[in-house]
Amino acid sequence: MSDHALVRLEGVTKGFVKGQESIAIFKALDLAIPTGDFVAVMGPSGSGKTTLLNLLGGIDHVDAGAITVAGQRIDGLSENALARYRAANVGFVFQFYNLMPMLTAAQNVELPLLLTPLKKAQRRTHVETALAVVGLADRAKHYPREMSGGQQQRVAIARAIVSDPKILLCDEPTGDLDRATADEILGVLQTLNRELGKTIVMVTHDPAAARYAKRTLHLDKGQFFEKDLAA
Amino acid sequence: MNDFVLVFKNLFRRKLRAGLMIFSIFIAFAIFGVLASFERAFNAGQELAAADRLVTVNKINFTQPLPYSYYGRIAGMEGVKRVTFANWFGGYYQDPKQFLITFAVEPRSYMDVMAEEFDIAPDAQAAFVRTRTAALVGETVANKYGWKVGDRVPLSSSIFSQKNGARSWDFDVVGIIKPKKPLIDTNFVLFQYEYFNETRSFAKDTIGWLVLQTTSPAINDKVIKTIDETFANSPFETATDTEKAFNKAFMAQLGNIALIVTLVVGAAFVTILMIVGNTMMMAIRERSREIAVLKALGFPGGRVLRLVLGETLLLALIGGLAGLGAAALVTTAMRESLANFVPGLALNAQIVVLALALMVALGLATGLMPAVNALRLKVAAGLGRG
Ligand SMILES: Nc1ncnc2c1ncn2[C@@H]1O[C@H](COP(=O)(O)OP(=O)(O)O)[C@@H](O)[C@H]1O
Ligand SMILES: [Mg+2]
Repeated sequence: MSDHALVRLEGVTKGFVKGQESIAIFKALDLAIPTGDFVAVMGPSGSGKTTLLNLLGGIDHVDAGAITVAGQRIDGLSENALARYRAANVGFVFQFYNLMPMLTAAQNVELPLLLTPLKKAQRRTHVETALAVVGLADRAKHYPREMSGGQQQRVAIARAIVSDPKILLCDEPTGDLDRATADEILGVLQTLNRELGKTIVMVTHDPAAARYAKRTLHLDKGQFFEKDLAA
Repeated sequence: MNDFVLVFKNLFRRKLRAGLMIFSIFIAFAIFGVLASFERAFNAGQELAAADRLVTVNKINFTQPLPYSYYGRIAGMEGVKRVTFANWFGGYYQDPKQFLITFAVEPRSYMDVMAEEFDIAPDAQAAFVRTRTAALVGETVANKYGWKVGDRVPLSSSIFSQKNGARSWDFDVVGIIKPKKPLIDTNFVLFQYEYFNETRSFAKDTIGWLVLQTTSPAINDKVIKTIDETFANSPFETATDTEKAFNKAFMAQLGNIALIVTLVVGAAFVTILMIVGNTMMMAIRERSREIAVLKALGFPGGRVLRLVLGETLLLALIGGLAGLGAAALVTTAMRESLANFVPGLALNAQIVVLALALMVALGLATGLMPAVNALRLKVAAGLGRG
């Protein structure tokens, strides 16, 4: 394995206990994602796609194995250390946008910056930049309820990138959008990857969405099967 | 934006719900402020009572008379430094509704015993001793009716009448009584016992009660015993006690106000604790997805805990300060009209400090459970599995 990987999973084992049953999701899973990659993760429902993102994002814990992100072992970190890791390294984009309804677009985007030492004026510049990147500079003062699904998802993307994280984790970001809007959002993600060099891991059901990625991993029965786009 | 904006926007995202919670807290603190002010005013007399002062009343109860001769007899007893007496007049000015606290007193001894409390100009003191129809008017009364030195005022009695059948006496205002310390009440009128005793149609040569100073508080108990034993088995038995105990007993007739305050306020607070606590629990549960999002963004648990506690604290402070403000307005408005019954009614600094402490306690108590729930919330579970 090369040492240039931004993300490295080694022998990751993860399962859940549901009542009497215990379900094994991953058994000794290995994965390497280099900086600047755009990976689509596909697979049947319940195959563990969301669980994979949660492990990478430090909001769930492995049973065994090691996860290294940007040279830092994140398995076994304390809750507070994981919070710091997320604030510094991870941007989440969810299927249902998950914006704060009582905050404007700009305020939603500003949220992660409250965890940085940036001053008010600097925060405003960052927010304006992030909203401009997703093409919503003119919607800064709008509330989520005043925006379409596609616009809300763009605000969510702006929120995910505003603190310049190393990796974007997107869980079915277009799952709730129509084709045309989905293509817009995927275009935004592709631009972030190509022009700003953001590393992206995107879970999707939609083969058309996966085509925006550089490569697609198929997750089934706890293992990856790689499919090259060119192939 | 900052954490305060976040807290504020969270609190007011449901305006009706926030409004109702604030209103209930507002009511509780308004009640607290008013009742606590009453309680303070009632107890002020007890706290101000001089340690070396005793009060002797008729053993049956303090409205029954005592013979005038007791004045001289007590004055001669060992351990008694000074003694004076007073007789309740049941006075009013023009209309029985304009009730006035009025005492007939022996001028020289009364002013001596009360020298620590009241500031009376030397020429007014002299005039009060010299002039048969003299009256000393408390500052509060003088301000209320606009009376000045030199005025002649008629005061009526709801109890006594003159031998000539008249129900009112004419008095010459010779001085104004000012308080020497804060909280001392000057809502009363004094006049000469001699003038009163010679002109009244009945109960001649009786007095209401005696106030005496002992040579030292240490011998209070001994003096009390001497007085009450001297008059035991006479037609007018006495009950002597410290002024403090006397005031307390007098207040006890009005009911245990401190207990009422505690019960009413306690009940209100327990109710609010449950209502607001439960409402906030529901509010935070509804928002568990958003809290999970905040944590996913990197907000540490402690910060999330503070955001929730900040919300309940803000709620308690808005409602509480508004309620306290209302209480201040109410007590100020009632101050004048209740001056006869509850002198010194005011929402003082002590009550404000106590109320602030209660607000913080209420804010923390109502926010504790939801804040801990938010702290414990697992991010992955809170986000659901989209
Ligand atoms: N917190 C949990 N407790 C119990 N089972 C869980 C939990 N999270 C996920 N699972 C189970 O793990 C499997 C994978 O879930 P998930 O990663 O959400 O799948 P996907 O996103 O691929 O649909 C599913 O069978 C799911 O029911
Ligand atoms: Mg999923």
